[in-house]
Amino acid sequence: MPIGTAAFLLFSAAAILSGLMVIASRNPVHSVLFLIAAFISAAGLFVLMGAEYLAMLLLVVYVGAVAVLFLFVVMMLDVDFVELKQGFLQYMPVAATVAVVVVVELIMAVAVWTAPSDAEIARAHPAPRAPEIVADPAGPNNIEALGLILYTDYAHYFQIAGIVLLVAMIGAIVMTFRVREGVRRQDVARQVGRRREEAVELVKVKTGQGI
Amino acid sequence: MATPDFLLDYLPILVFLGLALALGIGFLAVPALIAPSEPDPEKLSTYECGFNAFDDARMKFDVQFYIVAILFIIVDLDVAFLFPWAVALFNPELGTDRDFQLFAFWSMFVFLAVFAIGFLYEWKKGALEWR
Repeated sequence: MPIGTAAFLLFSAAAILSGLMVIASRNPVHSVLFLIAAFISAAGLFVLMGAEYLAMLLLVVYVGAVAVLFLFVVMMLDVDFVELKQGFLQYMPVAATVAVVVVVELIMAVAVWTAPSDAEIARAHPAPRAPEIVADPAGPNNIEALGLILYTDYAHYFQIAGIVLLVAMIGAIVMTFRVREGVRRQDVARQVGRRREEAVELVKVKTGQGI
Repeated sequence: MATPDFLLDYLPILVFLGLALALGIGFLAVPALIAPSEPDPEKLSTYECGFNAFDDARMKFDVQFYIVAILFIIVDLDVAFLFPWAVALFNPELGTDRDFQLFAFWSMFVFLAVFAIGFLYEWKKGALEWR
């Protein structure tokens, strides 16, 4: 078995298993950790498909930032496990109805589905027009190929992405930023700029009298 | 499926992954096999020195941690856009012409200017300060 196939089996099995554990584990913190494992396996699958930049992005953005954000959310939820289990029987009929409907829909969808013939697959996924560029070891690699088109041919999308990020930044601050009253903060400039006159007072005290 | 050449660059990572997996499973399996096991609910209970524990360790976080994390994600994405730019723009092997380089250069600087507006906003608003 070639290494590529072995790695594919490893990563896809890990992705499916950790995806299952995300919904099966009782502790939501463990769920998030399994979600991180699923992200990492997906990054491995991306590498196997040749999408190196996407794999790096998945690691940097999803594992590095989004997963941490998820952990924060889970922490902020303040989950009480005893309380969680109390409403179980009460919501059971609704949940069971939804589950039955979804299962029936899935069965109906799968029942009418027939495997596409080779001709249909070929029609739906035409071969890339320039496979020799992708396969050429001397040609641009993944990231270089992206850099060749993203900032010129797709400059509009690029700038729109920048503006979306700006909106996200301002939105996050507007929604969550609160100035707290009555908080004593350290002001280094004021500390350093303090003079002896305003800090120390010399008092002559008569013996036996006090101030 | 023949293994493409670039995948060989990732072989060390795969080896490390295998090592990490083996070590992790080993460290879990060996104690389970040979260490003495005396489970007791007291061993898992919350412990605070000197008095009975008031509360669980689970409590609400300050929303300020959240702001820092969101702002970090946004900067992270900006960096992700910078990366192919830095790799491809002046790479002589790619044979890009002058017009392309100028356009891509200023395209990125407009992007960075938009980012700078947001950055100035959060700075002036005081969202970067811990209070």
